[in-house]
Amino acid sequence: MTNTDWPLWEVFVRSRRGLSHTHAGSLHAPDAELALRNARDLYTRRGEGVSIWVVPSSSITASSPDEKDPFFEPSADKPYRHPTFYEIPEGVKHL
Amino acid sequence: MTTTVSTTAALALGDDALVLSHRLGEWAGHAPVLEEEVALANIALDLLGQARVLLSLVGDEDELAYLREERAFRNVQLVEQPNGDFAHTILRQLYFSTYQHLLYAELAAGDGPFAPLAAKAVKEVAYHRDHAEQWTVRLGDGTDESHERAQRACEALWRFTGEMFRPVEGLDVDGAALEAAWLESVEGMLRRATLTVPEGPRSGAWRAGAGRQGLHTEPFGRMLAEMQHLHRSHPGASW
Repeated sequence: MTNTDWPLWEVFVRSRRGLSHTHAGSLHAPDAELALRNARDLYTRRGEGVSIWVVPSSSITASSPDEKDPFFEPSADKPYRHPTFYEIPEGVKHL
Repeated sequence: MTTTVSTTAALALGDDALVLSHRLGEWAGHAPVLEEEVALANIALDLLGQARVLLSLVGDEDELAYLREERAFRNVQLVEQPNGDFAHTILRQLYFSTYQHLLYAELAAGDGPFAPLAAKAVKEVAYHRDHAEQWTVRLGDGTDESHERAQRACEALWRFTGEMFRPVEGLDVDGAALEAAWLESVEGMLRRATLTVPEGPRSGAWRAGAGRQGLHTEPFGRMLAEMQHLHRSHPGASW
Protein backbone atom coordinates (compact mmCIF):
# COMPACT_ATOMS: atom_id res chain seq x y z
CA MET A 1 0.00 0.00 0.00
CA THR A 2 1.55 3.25 -1.14
CA ASN A 3 -1.27 5.56 -0.20
CA THR A 4 0.66 6.80 2.80
CA ASP A 5 2.56 8.86 0.19
CA TRP A 6 -0.63 10.43 -1.04
CA PRO A 7 -1.97 13.52 0.70
CA LEU A 8 -5.30 13.53 2.45
CA TRP A 9 -8.21 15.57 1.05
CA GLU A 10 -11.44 16.71 2.70
CA VAL A 11 -14.54 16.33 0.58
CA PHE A 12 -17.53 18.67 0.59
CA VAL A 13 -20.67 17.77 -1.33
CA ARG A 14 -23.61 19.98 -2.19
CA SER A 15 -26.64 17.76 -2.30
CA ARG A 16 -28.85 20.07 -4.30
CA ARG A 17 -29.06 23.58 -5.59
CA GLY A 18 -29.72 26.16 -2.91
CA LEU A 19 -28.02 24.25 -0.12
CA SER A 20 -24.43 24.75 0.96
CA HIS A 21 -21.62 22.25 0.61
CA THR A 22 -21.44 19.84 3.53
CA HIS A 23 -18.44 17.89 4.72
CA ALA A 24 -18.85 14.32 3.49
CA GLY A 25 -15.57 12.70 4.52
CA SER A 26 -11.95 12.43 3.46
CA LEU A 27 -9.85 10.42 1.04
CA HIS A 28 -6.34 9.97 -0.33
CA ALA A 29 -5.37 11.11 -3.81
CA PRO A 30 -2.14 12.13 -5.56
CA ASP A 31 -3.53 15.49 -6.74
CA ALA A 32 -6.65 17.66 -6.79
CA GLU A 33 -8.00 16.42 -10.13
CA LEU A 34 -7.92 12.79 -9.00
CA ALA A 35 -9.21 13.72 -5.55
CA LEU A 36 -12.27 15.17 -7.28
CA ARG A 37 -12.79 11.96 -9.22
CA ASN A 38 -12.26 9.75 -6.19
CA ALA A 39 -14.76 11.89 -4.31
CA ARG A 40 -17.27 11.39 -7.09
CA ASP A 41 -16.82 7.62 -6.83
CA LEU A 42 -16.85 7.45 -3.05
CA TYR A 43 -19.43 10.02 -2.02
CA THR A 44 -21.89 10.55 -4.88
CA ARG A 45 -22.62 6.98 -5.99
CA ARG A 46 -26.25 7.16 -4.97
CA GLY A 47 -27.13 10.52 -6.46
CA GLU A 48 -26.12 12.52 -3.40
CA GLY A 49 -24.61 15.49 -5.12
CA VAL A 50 -24.66 18.21 -7.74
CA SER A 51 -21.30 19.75 -6.83
CA ILE A 52 -18.11 18.65 -5.07
CA TRP A 53 -15.27 20.58 -3.44
CA VAL A 54 -12.00 18.97 -2.41
CA VAL A 55 -9.60 20.73 -0.05
CA PRO A 56 -6.18 19.52 1.09
CA SER A 57 -6.60 18.51 4.71
CA SER A 58 -3.36 20.31 5.50
CA SER A 59 -5.01 23.62 4.49
CA ILE A 60 -7.58 23.37 7.23
CA THR A 61 -6.91 25.15 10.50
CA ALA A 62 -8.99 23.56 13.23
CA SER A 63 -9.81 24.72 16.72
CA SER A 64 -8.12 22.66 19.37
CA PRO A 65 -10.07 20.58 21.92
CA ASP A 66 -8.00 22.37 24.62
CA GLU A 67 -9.54 25.67 23.57
CA LYS A 68 -13.05 24.32 23.81
CA ASP A 69 -14.01 26.20 26.97
CA PRO A 70 -12.72 29.67 26.12
CA PHE A 71 -14.07 29.27 22.57
CA PHE A 72 -17.55 27.97 23.18
CA GLU A 73 -18.50 28.09 26.86
CA PRO A 74 -19.23 31.86 27.08
CA SER A 75 -22.08 31.61 24.57
CA ALA A 76 -23.99 29.11 26.66
CA ASP A 77 -25.76 31.67 28.94
CA LYS A 78 -26.71 34.27 26.31
CA PRO A 79 -30.13 33.21 25.10
CA TYR A 80 -30.74 36.66 23.55
CA ARG A 81 -28.37 35.65 20.77
CA HIS A 82 -30.78 33.00 19.58
CA PRO A 83 -33.57 34.13 17.30
CA THR A 84 -36.16 32.41 19.43
CA PHE A 85 -38.22 35.57 19.94
CA TYR A 86 -39.33 35.73 16.34
CA GLU A 87 -42.07 33.79 14.65
CA ILE A 88 -40.97 32.09 11.47
CA PRO A 89 -43.18 33.06 8.57
CA GLU A 90 -44.93 30.16 6.93
CA GLY A 91 -43.40 28.69 3.83
CA VAL A 92 -39.78 29.67 4.56
CA LYS A 93 -37.42 26.82 3.81
CA HIS A 94 -33.85 26.02 4.80
CA LEU A 95 -33.94 27.85 8.14
CA MET B 1 -36.50 2.44 -33.38
CA THR B 2 -38.41 -0.14 -35.38
CA THR B 3 -35.38 -2.00 -36.64
CA THR B 4 -34.99 -5.45 -35.11
CA VAL B 5 -32.00 -6.08 -32.96
CA SER B 6 -29.21 -8.03 -34.61
CA THR B 7 -28.15 -10.92 -32.37
CA THR B 8 -24.59 -10.66 -33.65
CA ALA B 9 -24.36 -6.97 -32.76
CA ALA B 10 -26.03 -7.32 -29.35
CA LEU B 11 -23.70 -10.18 -28.41
CA ALA B 12 -20.66 -8.28 -29.63
CA LEU B 13 -21.42 -5.17 -27.56
CA GLY B 14 -22.84 -7.13 -24.62
CA ASP B 15 -19.90 -9.52 -24.40
CA ASP B 16 -17.40 -6.65 -24.59
CA ALA B 17 -19.09 -5.05 -21.59
CA LEU B 18 -19.54 -8.29 -19.65
CA VAL B 19 -15.98 -9.55 -20.07
CA LEU B 20 -14.34 -6.21 -19.29
CA SER B 21 -16.62 -5.84 -16.29
CA HIS B 22 -15.43 -9.19 -14.95
CA ARG B 23 -11.78 -8.32 -15.54
CA LEU B 24 -12.18 -5.03 -13.66
CA GLY B 25 -14.02 -6.85 -10.89
CA GLU B 26 -10.92 -8.98 -10.38
CA TRP B 27 -9.24 -5.89 -8.90
CA ALA B 28 -11.59 -5.97 -5.90
CA GLY B 29 -9.40 -6.62 -2.89
CA HIS B 30 -6.21 -6.17 -4.94
CA ALA B 31 -6.18 -2.57 -6.16
CA PRO B 32 -3.16 -0.43 -5.24
CA VAL B 33 -5.28 1.90 -3.09
CA LEU B 34 -8.78 1.78 -1.70
CA GLU B 35 -9.95 4.82 -3.65
CA GLU B 36 -8.88 3.26 -6.94
CA GLU B 37 -10.51 -0.02 -6.05
CA VAL B 38 -13.84 1.74 -5.68
CA ALA B 39 -13.27 3.60 -8.96
CA LEU B 40 -12.57 0.38 -10.87
CA ALA B 41 -15.52 -1.39 -9.25
CA ASN B 42 -17.78 1.53 -10.24
CA ILE B 43 -16.67 1.23 -13.83
CA ALA B 44 -17.18 -2.54 -13.70
CA LEU B 45 -20.73 -2.06 -12.43
CA ASP B 46 -21.54 0.43 -15.19
CA LEU B 47 -20.35 -2.11 -17.74
CA LEU B 48 -22.27 -4.93 -16.10
CA GLY B 49 -25.44 -2.86 -16.32
CA GLN B 50 -24.84 -2.31 -20.03
CA ALA B 51 -24.15 -6.02 -20.55
CA ARG B 52 -27.41 -6.98 -18.84
CA VAL B 53 -29.46 -4.71 -21.08
CA LEU B 54 -27.68 -5.84 -24.24
CA LEU B 55 -27.81 -9.58 -23.53
CA SER B 56 -31.44 -9.37 -22.43
CA LEU B 57 -32.30 -7.97 -25.85
CA VAL B 58 -31.48 -11.30 -27.45
CA GLY B 59 -32.05 -13.95 -24.79
CA ASP B 60 -31.89 -14.83 -21.11
CA GLU B 61 -29.02 -12.86 -19.60
CA ASP B 62 -27.97 -15.56 -17.13
CA GLU B 63 -28.02 -18.31 -19.74
CA LEU B 64 -25.96 -16.18 -22.09
CA ALA B 65 -23.44 -15.15 -19.46
CA TYR B 66 -23.04 -18.41 -17.58
CA LEU B 67 -23.88 -21.24 -19.93
CA ARG B 68 -22.18 -20.37 -23.19
CA GLU B 69 -18.92 -22.02 -24.14
CA GLU B 70 -15.81 -19.98 -24.90
CA ARG B 71 -16.29 -20.19 -28.66
CA ALA B 72 -19.76 -18.66 -28.40
CA PHE B 73 -18.51 -15.40 -26.87
CA ARG B 74 -18.19 -12.51 -29.33
CA ASN B 75 -16.14 -9.97 -27.36
CA VAL B 76 -13.00 -8.44 -28.87
CA GLN B 77 -9.78 -9.98 -27.61
CA LEU B 78 -8.67 -6.67 -26.08
CA VAL B 79 -11.17 -6.82 -23.21
CA GLU B 80 -10.28 -10.37 -22.19
CA GLN B 81 -6.57 -9.57 -21.74
CA PRO B 82 -5.48 -10.12 -18.12
CA ASN B 83 -5.28 -7.14 -15.79
CA GLY B 84 -1.48 -7.34 -15.53
CA ASP B 85 -0.07 -4.46 -13.53
CA PHE B 86 -2.04 -1.24 -12.96
CA ALA B 87 -0.57 0.33 -16.10
CA HIS B 88 -1.84 -2.60 -18.17
CA THR B 89 -5.32 -2.16 -16.79
CA ILE B 90 -5.27 1.58 -17.42
CA LEU B 91 -4.02 1.28 -20.99
CA ARG B 92 -6.63 -1.38 -21.71
CA GLN B 93 -9.20 1.05 -20.30
CA LEU B 94 -7.86 3.89 -22.44
CA TYR B 95 -7.98 1.86 -25.65
CA PHE B 96 -11.40 0.38 -24.97
CA SER B 97 -13.26 3.27 -23.36
CA THR B 98 -12.16 5.69 -26.09
CA TYR B 99 -13.61 3.28 -28.66
CA GLN B 100 -16.76 2.65 -26.64
CA HIS B 101 -17.35 6.36 -26.04
CA LEU B 102 -17.05 7.20 -29.75
CA LEU B 103 -19.21 4.20 -30.66
CA TYR B 104 -22.00 4.95 -28.19
CA ALA B 105 -22.02 8.64 -29.12
CA GLU B 106 -22.60 7.63 -32.73
CA LEU B 107 -25.25 5.04 -31.83
CA ALA B 108 -27.02 7.49 -29.52
CA ALA B 109 -27.25 10.05 -32.31
CA GLY B 110 -28.89 7.55 -34.66
CA ASP B 111 -32.28 5.88 -34.43
CA GLY B 112 -31.22 2.23 -34.48
CA PRO B 113 -32.20 -0.39 -31.89
CA PHE B 114 -29.24 0.48 -29.64
CA ALA B 115 -29.94 4.23 -29.48
CA PRO B 116 -31.79 4.21 -26.12
CA LEU B 117 -29.09 2.15 -24.39
CA ALA B 118 -26.31 4.18 -25.99
CA ALA B 119 -27.90 7.47 -24.91
CA LYS B 120 -27.76 6.38 -21.28
CA ALA B 121 -24.42 4.58 -21.45
CA VAL B 122 -22.55 7.31 -23.26
CA LYS B 123 -22.45 9.40 -20.05
CA GLU B 124 -21.07 6.48 -18.04
CA VAL B 125 -18.48 5.73 -20.67
CA ALA B 126 -17.42 9.39 -20.89
CA TYR B 127 -16.37 9.06 -17.26
CA HIS B 128 -14.53 5.78 -17.90
CA ARG B 129 -12.60 7.49 -20.65
CA ASP B 130 -11.79 10.47 -18.47
CA HIS B 131 -10.58 8.16 -15.69
CA ALA B 132 -8.30 6.27 -18.10
CA GLU B 133 -6.96 9.48 -19.64
CA GLN B 134 -6.21 11.04 -16.26
CA TRP B 135 -4.25 7.97 -15.20
CA THR B 136 -2.48 7.51 -18.53
CA VAL B 137 -0.98 11.00 -18.19
CA ARG B 138 0.01 10.41 -14.58
CA LEU B 139 1.62 7.03 -15.25
CA GLY B 140 3.31 8.04 -18.50
CA ASP B 141 4.54 11.38 -17.20
CA GLY B 142 5.17 10.12 -13.66
CA THR B 143 8.23 8.32 -12.36
CA ASP B 144 10.76 6.41 -14.47
CA GLU B 145 9.21 3.15 -13.40
CA SER B 146 5.60 4.16 -14.07
CA HIS B 147 6.66 5.51 -17.47
CA GLU B 148 8.41 2.27 -18.35
CA ARG B 149 5.47 0.13 -17.26
CA ALA B 150 2.96 2.31 -19.11
CA GLN B 151 5.07 2.15 -22.27
CA ARG B 152 5.27 -1.64 -22.00
CA ALA B 153 1.48 -1.93 -21.54
CA CYS B 154 0.81 0.47 -24.36
CA GLU B 155 2.87 -1.70 -26.73
CA ALA B 156 1.64 -5.08 -25.48
CA LEU B 157 -2.01 -4.19 -26.08
CA TRP B 158 -1.55 -2.25 -29.31
CA ARG B 159 -2.01 -5.21 -31.65
CA PHE B 160 -5.44 -5.95 -30.17
CA THR B 161 -6.83 -2.51 -31.00
CA GLY B 162 -7.49 -2.98 -34.73
CA GLU B 163 -10.21 -5.56 -34.10
CA MET B 164 -12.60 -3.02 -32.56
CA PHE B 165 -13.15 -1.30 -35.89
CA ARG B 166 -13.91 -4.30 -38.06
CA PRO B 167 -17.51 -4.36 -39.28
CA VAL B 168 -20.12 -6.12 -37.14
CA GLU B 169 -23.28 -7.36 -38.81
CA GLY B 170 -26.26 -5.29 -37.72
CA LEU B 171 -24.17 -2.50 -36.21
CA ASP B 172 -24.71 0.57 -38.31
CA VAL B 173 -21.55 2.58 -37.75
CA ASP B 174 -18.78 3.94 -39.93
CA GLY B 175 -15.83 1.83 -38.76
CA ALA B 176 -13.24 3.79 -40.72
CA ALA B 177 -14.36 7.14 -39.32
CA LEU B 178 -14.51 5.66 -35.83
CA GLU B 179 -10.97 4.35 -36.20
CA ALA B 180 -9.65 7.67 -37.45
CA ALA B 181 -11.21 9.50 -34.49
CA TRP B 182 -9.87 6.85 -32.09
CA LEU B 183 -6.34 7.07 -33.47
CA GLU B 184 -6.34 10.85 -33.23
CA SER B 185 -7.56 10.79 -29.63
CA VAL B 186 -5.40 7.92 -28.36
CA GLU B 187 -2.22 9.06 -30.10
CA GLY B 188 -2.78 12.56 -28.71
CA MET B 189 -3.20 11.14 -25.19
CA LEU B 190 -0.08 8.98 -25.46
CA ARG B 191 1.96 11.95 -26.59
CA ARG B 192 0.56 14.09 -23.78
CA ALA B 193 1.64 11.31 -21.41
CA THR B 194 5.15 11.44 -22.95
CA LEU B 195 4.68 7.88 -24.20
CA THR B 196 5.81 6.69 -27.63
CA VAL B 197 3.00 5.67 -29.96
CA PRO B 198 3.71 2.00 -30.75
CA GLU B 199 4.84 1.24 -34.28
CA GLY B 200 3.62 -2.34 -34.26
CA PRO B 201 0.78 -3.36 -36.54
CA ARG B 202 -2.85 -2.87 -35.60
CA SER B 203 -4.06 -4.38 -38.83
CA GLY B 204 -2.80 -6.57 -41.66
CA ALA B 205 -1.17 -9.97 -41.37
CA TRP B 206 0.14 -9.47 -37.85
CA ARG B 207 -2.92 -8.03 -36.24
CA ALA B 208 -4.42 -9.98 -33.40
CA GLY B 209 -8.10 -10.35 -32.80
CA ALA B 210 -10.72 -12.78 -33.97
CA GLY B 211 -12.79 -12.55 -30.82
CA ARG B 212 -15.81 -11.44 -32.83
CA GLN B 213 -15.58 -14.80 -34.60
CA GLY B 214 -15.38 -16.69 -31.31
CA LEU B 215 -11.63 -17.26 -31.28
CA HIS B 216 -10.15 -16.17 -27.98
CA THR B 217 -6.76 -15.92 -26.35
CA GLU B 218 -5.55 -18.46 -23.82
CA PRO B 219 -6.27 -16.47 -20.61
CA PHE B 220 -9.95 -16.13 -21.55
CA GLY B 221 -10.75 -19.78 -20.81
CA ARG B 222 -9.55 -19.46 -17.22
CA MET B 223 -11.44 -16.23 -16.72
CA LEU B 224 -14.61 -17.84 -18.03
CA ALA B 225 -14.17 -20.86 -15.74
CA GLU B 226 -14.02 -18.57 -12.73
CA MET B 227 -16.95 -16.46 -13.93
CA GLN B 228 -19.20 -19.41 -14.68
CA HIS B 229 -18.33 -22.09 -12.13
CA LEU B 230 -20.73 -20.99 -9.40
CA HIS B 231 -23.74 -20.89 -11.69
CA ARG B 232 -22.80 -24.20 -13.27
CA SER B 233 -22.19 -25.92 -9.91
CA HIS B 234 -25.45 -24.65 -8.42
CA PRO B 235 -27.92 -24.22 -11.28
CA GLY B 236 -30.80 -21.96 -10.39
CA ALA B 237 -29.26 -20.84 -7.11
CA SER B 238 -30.43 -17.44 -5.85
CA TRP B 239 -29.74 -15.14 -2.90
